[in-house]
Amino acid sequence: MAENKDIILSVKDLEVKFKVRDRVLTAIRNISMDFEKGQVVAIVGESGSGKSVFTKTFTGMLDSNGKVTNGEIWFEGQNLCEIKKESDWEKIRGRKIATVFQDPMTSLNPVRTIGYQISEVIIKHQGKSKEEAKKEAISLMERVGIYNAAQRYDEYPFMYSGGMRQRIVIAIALACRPEILICDEPTTALDVTIQAQIIHLIKDLAKEYGFTTIYITHDLGVVANVADRVAVMYAGQIIEYGLVEEIFYDPKHPYTWGLLSSLPQLGEKGNELFAIRGTPPSLFEKVIGDAFAPRSDYAMQIDFEEEPPFFEVSPTHFAKTWLLDPRAPKVEAPATIRNLHDKMVRLTAKGGIYGEH
Amino acid sequence: MVSTNNEKEVLLSVKHLEVTFYNKKRRFRAVKNANFDIYKGETFALVGESGSGKTTIGRSIIRLNHTSDGDILYKGKKINGKLSKEDEKEVVRNIQMIFQDPAASLNERATIDYCVSEGLYNFHLYESEEDRLQKVDQALESVGLLPEHKSRYPHEFSGGQRQRIGIARAMVMEPELIIADEPISALDVSIRAQVLNLMNKFKEERGLTYLFIAHDLSVVRYFSDRIAVIHKGRIVELAPTEELFAFPLHPYTLSLLQAVPMPDPRIEKSKELVIYDESKRDLSGEKPILQEIRPGHFVFANDREMKEYREKLQEMIEFKKEHPNA
Ligand SMILES: Nc1ncnc2c1ncn2[C@@H]1O[C@H](COP(=O)(O)OP(=O)(O)OP(=O)(O)O)[C@@H](O)[C@H]1O
Ligand SMILES: [Mg+2]
Repeated sequence: MAENKDIILSVKDLEVKFKVRDRVLTAIRNISMDFEKGQVVAIVGESGSGKSVFTKTFTGMLDSNGKVTNGEIWFEGQNLCEIKKESDWEKIRGRKIATVFQDPMTSLNPVRTIGYQISEVIIKHQGKSKEEAKKEAISLMERVGIYNAAQRYDEYPFMYSGGMRQRIVIAIALACRPEILICDEPTTALDVTIQAQIIHLIKDLAKEYGFTTIYITHDLGVVANVADRVAVMYAGQIIEYGLVEEIFYDPKHPYTWGLLSSLPQLGEKGNELFAIRGTPPSLFEKVIGDAFAPRSDYAMQIDFEEEPPFFEVSPTHFAKTWLLDPRAPKVEAPATIRNLHDKMVRLTAKGGIYGEH
Repeated sequence: MVSTNNEKEVLLSVKHLEVTFYNKKRRFRAVKNANFDIYKGETFALVGESGSGKTTIGRSIIRLNHTSDGDILYKGKKINGKLSKEDEKEVVRNIQMIFQDPAASLNERATIDYCVSEGLYNFHLYESEEDRLQKVDQALESVGLLPEHKSRYPHEFSGGQRQRIGIARAMVMEPELIIADEPISALDVSIRAQVLNLMNKFKEERGLTYLFIAHDLSVVRYFSDRIAVIHKGRIVELAPTEELFAFPLHPYTLSLLQAVPMPDPRIEKSKELVIYDESKRDLSGEKPILQEIRPGHFVFANDREMKEYREKLQEMIEFKKEHPNA
């Protein structure tokens, strides 16, 4: 169990498998990770890397063909992996750990008014009267940026735009005063201008309410904006973890290098963009060595034979690559992503939008 | 007649385009007086939020949407409104569209062979079965897929592969203009790069022209030659790519630029949120129109706003002179 009291959730050796017809897919392969209280932790990685499955284990929301086959998840002195009954999950899910998904309609009931849906949660979780709940619901609606909240209380989800619905989902999540808010690609379906507002809102609320945020995204721009800490996932594992500046300015894993290198912002007109070759490994097969090795330009013999351990880069920065072994040859990050900050400053200065003018 | 502008050949010309939708007596002007030219061989980007009318413009060009006013000229010839069967066939063959959602644009129950051949069948664009198969194989190979994939079904492919099938399906028609409607929004970062490289390869090798529809300005900057920013059916600014990034003038363009998150924590964390609120703008004066403020740089403004934009532009130019590396 986590002894450090700053750690709100602690995952140890987590493994998740899915049964698919007569085959078994290993979606999460031995993840251990501590989440610090009050932080915004971004989980980044490509589609299928396990970001959603990983966080769904915190609320008992795995699909019925999936199972935690090993490991522990410690939260408030309780190992969540030992929860068997749905009624026990209901004490955690929504109440202590809430989730905001990409598509707000998965969380909203289309035939109930917005106001009803927020009040219902307040009545259920805070035991308030109907009148009190309505008052609080309206103030929450205002807090998440709905104008004329009192008038819009009785409207239905279809009368709201996508961005406004996502604000309502956030309001519902907040109504339970959760300790942890999981945001699973909450802005991927929204316009960039609305995305900027929603991210801003989530960060503001995290400060005000003091919850811990786990933010899932595949957009490195969003990561740079929201995160205090970043976990990079690949093929069911976390392969690098560090403070946001460590991940962007001093990345160590070849997969993180690849992700950063393929950013269109680093592309030069007329030249090809860097693209990571190949595809992720099949999760039906046993992975030997470093799962990224077949796609890596930096793979060594050992990467195909033995799984690398986590090496400490700094007390807050860890990477799971043999390149950090003292016996490995010294390899620098690719030139494209060195001095990333200077490059971005030059790009934005040329764009003239961040500087004064 | 083919019109030219600075020796550049205009491939497609949109003039005073209006698209209005009617639904239950309600009238919705999706596109308002749109004007732009696309030159042969360039990538022209249309950028704006969902619902701003960018897809409607794309669909009007390939005749999927009815236009209510204005002209769309392809190589100087009007292609909107009533056309002969022969002319319609010519338009559809020369102008192909690639869609955002690779899954939705492919018939899940048809083999890859059929998906890619559909246009060839519809217009009977092959001499023999052998010829058709050769065309399909070539198209598949050009997007990095194998001829043996022909007998498989779309669901057996990843999102990135499906988008490449969508591109093969367009390329097999040997088009001159491709309308790419958010072709990479649904794809992973690493696969985005592959698809963009592929599209650029076709541009170079075959002199293809693109109308690239997007909401993400970071990709557009790398990929396109000129950009039109569209807001609520109206083009509010149009300029060569670097010009637009260096001297954005319309407040909506600014808010879009500001909203794109940069992959750099120090920049992002010091950024302030700018919200474009039309109702807070001074909209006094006569009706604005799209006016040229610098060569090739147009902004939607009336005379009063033009004066303001000119001053702002001058300030930005001065600033850049004083701080060449800022
Ligand atoms: N119910 C299920 N049955 C079988 N396999 C599943 C199931 N749910 C998830 N998986 C598999 O688990 C792996 C991880 O999936 P997950 O949804 O966590 O990915 P992700 O990183 O969230 O991807 P995305 O960015 O696309 O949301 C994938 O290989 C996926 O196919
Ligand atoms: Mg997911």
